[in-house]
Amino acid sequence: MNSPVKVHSFHGGIHPPENKRQSTGAPISAAPVPSRIVLPLQQHIGLPADPVVNIGDRVLKGQLVAEAIGRISANIHASTSGTVVAIEPHAVPHMSGMPSDCMIIEADGLDEWVEHQGLEDYTSLPKPELIEYIRQSGIAGMGGAGFPTDVKLHLGDDHIVNTLIINAAECEPYITADDMLMRERADQILGGIEIIAHLLKPLHIMVGIEDNKPQAIRALHEALDDSSLNIDIVIIPTKYPSGGEKQLIKLLTGVEVPSGKIPADVGIVCQNIGTTTAIYRAVTYGEPLISRIVTITGDAAGHQQNLEVRLGTLFKDLLDHTEAERDQLYRLVVGGPMMGITVDNEEIPVIKTTNCLIAGTSIEMPPQPPAQACIRCGMCEQVCPAELLPQQLYWFAKGREFDKASHHNLFDCIECGACSYVCPSNIPLVQYYRFAKGEIRKEQEEQRKADHARLRFEARQDRLEREKIEKEERRKARAEEAAKAQAARKDAALTKTAAPAAEKASGVPDLKQLKSNAAIARTKLKKAEKALTNAQEKGLDGIDALQATVEQLQQKCDAAQKAYDDAQKAPAAPAKPAVDIKQLKTNAAVARTKLKKAEKQLLAAEESGSADVDSLKAQVAELQQKSATAEAAFKAAESGTTVPTAAAPAIDTTELEADIKAMQAKVDKAEAAWKAAVESESPAADKMAAGVDKLKGKLKDLQDELAKAKVSAAPAAPAAPAVDTSELEADIQAMQSKVEKAEAAWKKAVKSESPAAGKMAEGVEKLKGKLKDLQDELANVKASTAPAAPAVDTTELEADIQAMQGKVEKAEAAWKKAVESESPAADKMAAGVEKLKGKLKELQDELSQAKGATQPAAEPASEPTPEPLDMKALKQQVSIMRTKLKKAEKQRTESEGSDPALDAEIEQLKQRHDEAKAALDAAEAELIAAAAKEGIDLKQLKIDAALARAEVTKAERALSKVEDASDKSELEAALVAAKTQADQLSATLERFTE
Amino acid sequence: MSAILIAILVLLGLGLVFGILLGYSSIRFKVEGNPLVDQVDSLLPQTQCGQCGHPGCRPYAEAIVNSDEAINKCPPGGQSTIEALADLLDVEALPLDGDHDEDPVKAVAYIREDECIGCTKCIQACPVDAILGAAKQMHTVITSECTGCDLCVEPCPVDCIDMLPIETTPNSWAWPQPKPGVELIATDRSPGIALEGKA
Repeated sequence: MNSPVKVHSFHGGIHPPENKRQSTGAPISAAPVPSRIVLPLQQHIGLPADPVVNIGDRVLKGQLVAEAIGRISANIHASTSGTVVAIEPHAVPHMSGMPSDCMIIEADGLDEWVEHQGLEDYTSLPKPELIEYIRQSGIAGMGGAGFPTDVKLHLGDDHIVNTLIINAAECEPYITADDMLMRERADQILGGIEIIAHLLKPLHIMVGIEDNKPQAIRALHEALDDSSLNIDIVIIPTKYPSGGEKQLIKLLTGVEVPSGKIPADVGIVCQNIGTTTAIYRAVTYGEPLISRIVTITGDAAGHQQNLEVRLGTLFKDLLDHTEAERDQLYRLVVGGPMMGITVDNEEIPVIKTTNCLIAGTSIEMPPQPPAQACIRCGMCEQVCPAELLPQQLYWFAKGREFDKASHHNLFDCIECGACSYVCPSNIPLVQYYRFAKGEIRKEQEEQRKADHARLRFEARQDRLEREKIEKEERRKARAEEAAKAQAARKDAALTKTAAPAAEKASGVPDLKQLKSNAAIARTKLKKAEKALTNAQEKGLDGIDALQATVEQLQQKCDAAQKAYDDAQKAPAAPAKPAVDIKQLKTNAAVARTKLKKAEKQLLAAEESGSADVDSLKAQVAELQQKSATAEAAFKAAESGTTVPTAAAPAIDTTELEADIKAMQAKVDKAEAAWKAAVESESPAADKMAAGVDKLKGKLKDLQDELAKAKVSAAPAAPAAPAVDTSELEADIQAMQSKVEKAEAAWKKAVKSESPAAGKMAEGVEKLKGKLKDLQDELANVKASTAPAAPAVDTTELEADIQAMQGKVEKAEAAWKKAVESESPAADKMAAGVEKLKGKLKELQDELSQAKGATQPAAEPASEPTPEPLDMKALKQQVSIMRTKLKKAEKQRTESEGSDPALDAEIEQLKQRHDEAKAALDAAEAELIAAAAKEGIDLKQLKIDAALARAEVTKAERALSKVEDASDKSELEAALVAAKTQADQLSATLERFTE
Repeated sequence: MSAILIAILVLLGLGLVFGILLGYSSIRFKVEGNPLVDQVDSLLPQTQCGQCGHPGCRPYAEAIVNSDEAINKCPPGGQSTIEALADLLDVEALPLDGDHDEDPVKAVAYIREDECIGCTKCIQACPVDAILGAAKQMHTVITSECTGCDLCVEPCPVDCIDMLPIETTPNSWAWPQPKPGVELIATDRSPGIALEGKA
């Protein structure tokens, strides 16, 4: 009591009625175990704790239920045993009155402790471990702020702690929790101080205690007698708010903690007395912070006393326990009357910082009278313990001049409420300060966010810029590379194409050039001539001049034509005869038409008695000559180049030719067999002769077909060659008839066993050879004219095959007959039949090849390329097949007569069409399956579907917004369209997902 | 005569020295750009929303400084920004331009993730890279980075972005401004709940 420490003083302060005596009458008693515990996850300053138990778990008293996150946070333990029933927002003691996450435990009434054990000798433990141990116990400052204690205990690491101050001032009216604690558990307090002192190693330990707690002071002194600690118990005068941290420091040490600093910065650490008890119990008994002393007071509280309350006990339970007079209860305040918060809900739990619960009556705690205008009395300034200018701050806060408020050290305000208490105008000053602080914090937060956003925005801009530059560079590099590659290619191409280009230059282009020159000259000439005739008819002047020009032009035209003709004649033979022949043909045709025109002109001129009839005549003569030469050249070229031209596009006709050849060979063989049979005087000879006849008939058929093919090929080719082939055909027919006649004669000779038979046979052979030649020629001609219509050719081939099959059958029948009649020629005939069959096969192969060839040009090229092309090819095939089928059917309907060959063809075509379609379907299915497997299509589809759906919703929204009728109908149409699209897409999507 | 000469020489010498000094310092301490633009920019909320008609906050700051753009065109900043700008530029604070809410509710973008098709359009629109995602992957907003600028809402093809107001938590809650003294004398006061039933 006679302390050696000089007690200083702090500015201001007030002396409100203490109202402490009411609750110190009874000793601390334990509150009953409530049926329900509500543990807010945030009972401290810092981050809320994270639950570590699940709903439905049974927890024991003292069990960790929520874990601290980060440095400034605290563990939370179950305060009784029971079952976790919920983790949900629940009302908590907070200024805002907002609910916050709480863990709700249904108590089982057993109050069963979790296994726990204190430390035997904490001094042997390294400091960090001891601090961690205290941290695990979830201890937070119990004076009111709830700052995690372990953080303060770390302060010894980076600060020199001179002084440890234990705050036992308890300056707020009504509250007696610390007082009773000191009276009853002074030894625990000292034990806690010892632990803190061990950790912080302060030079000086002081307990600050107000002089209105003599019993507590006595108890502390008594306990101190048994302790080895050197503690100064400093008795300070009772004045609110001496319990404020900075105020107490000022009182005990005379040191002022600078604005914006913490006490540790001046070498001082403060701890609340309740906290020291909690530390002691945690270290000595291993009990985490699960209960605290709470003063239940106020005129409406019933038995006013201090209770040891489990954290999480609802106020309702406490008030029930103390038999509170609810009808008297006007205001329920958590904490002291100066700094506490008024709550309007009894379903709020006690937390680590709840030191008092005041159930006030309306007389005890009347409503705040209405605020009057500030009269600038200055009383607030006189009582402010922080030496601020409350009045100025009030004006600034009210006028939202927060900058100025900050400059007036608003943040040094401890919100003690002394200014409001003394304000004669009842202005809620503290509320203004709190509001101003909140606004400033908000602004600071926004500024911080804005700075952060600016950084991110600038970083993004930089990145975009960089990407743009990189892209540009890449593009440049690519362009350069491409240019290089192109240059290289060009060089290569130049060296390669130099020769052919030169050739071309000397050949075709020259001709073209010449031709166009000639044509130009001619048109000029014609114009001039027209002008001349016009002039002559009208008897105009200048006829002579015109005539002179006409003549000049004529000369030029002639020269050009001559040059052209020369050029034409010269390259007629070499290089590309096919092209040349065409050229020649057209030349010839052109020459002929020119001739005709010239003749007509001549006639007209003669009729009109024109003067230049002679020149025209000369022209006509010239033209005639030219025409003749052109035709001659054409013919020469044609005869000279028929064989080579046939080479490339001949596939179809060569097949036919091969057929014919094979047929002829058959005929030959059959005849030979027949001859042999005749020689051996076989009875089957007659029958064989019939077979030979039939074979010949077939040969004829084939040749007819060939002719048909030519005819059908003819319309595709221009007029001229048609004449030639018909001539050739006529030749062939004549030749055939000759062959037939010769054969007949020969047969007769054989029958009559004439000795001339051998010679006749030779003659027949020769004739046949000639026939062959003719047929070859015909084939060549056809080949040169045919390539336009390959589809027709395949039908021909098919027909051939049909005919061949018929032949094979007939030959087989003949052979059978020969066998039946035990003819010795049967063997040979069998061989013939085999050969026929082979040929049939060949023909069929050819047909299939030809079919392949009918597909656009380069089937062999497209074959090796994989799927995508295949799909195209398949599709094309199917469509080709379809068209062919249709054509064949049309042909059938046109011909009307039931042609078995055509029917068979159609059948075949149908079959092939089906096959192709099947192949296409299969390929498609495969593709779809592959796509589905990759999942790309599905996603794409999904996205499309989602987009379509969004479209629909957008359309609907627009529709609902629009009221105009005309717009509405439009929008409705759009909506319907969007809907159908969306439906389609979703249908496809469903099909896919199936 | 010599005194006059000395005086002239001394003055010339001084002029030369100070001239060199000033010339050097004008090079040595040259300020790059206009510092006022930075100051204005730092007062703007950096949402980069473009509601002022400029492509971002800095262009608006430049326009304010260089081409006398009005200072009341920043809806996200609200009246407090206008006041701060007026303070800085020593001009009169104007009411916020256009028909914006007096006190805009702060909001953050939220992507309804099961509707997102992963088109990346919002990512491209976001000025602060607060949207996370990749092509054909679901996107999400990093709430702590979102400035609530609205720019991602328009490009979304499936309208799956909402601007949700930031909810007040007990930690972000702040005291409201006390009602100014409307009840000047006690008889102005209505009986109140307190006096009616419970008392």
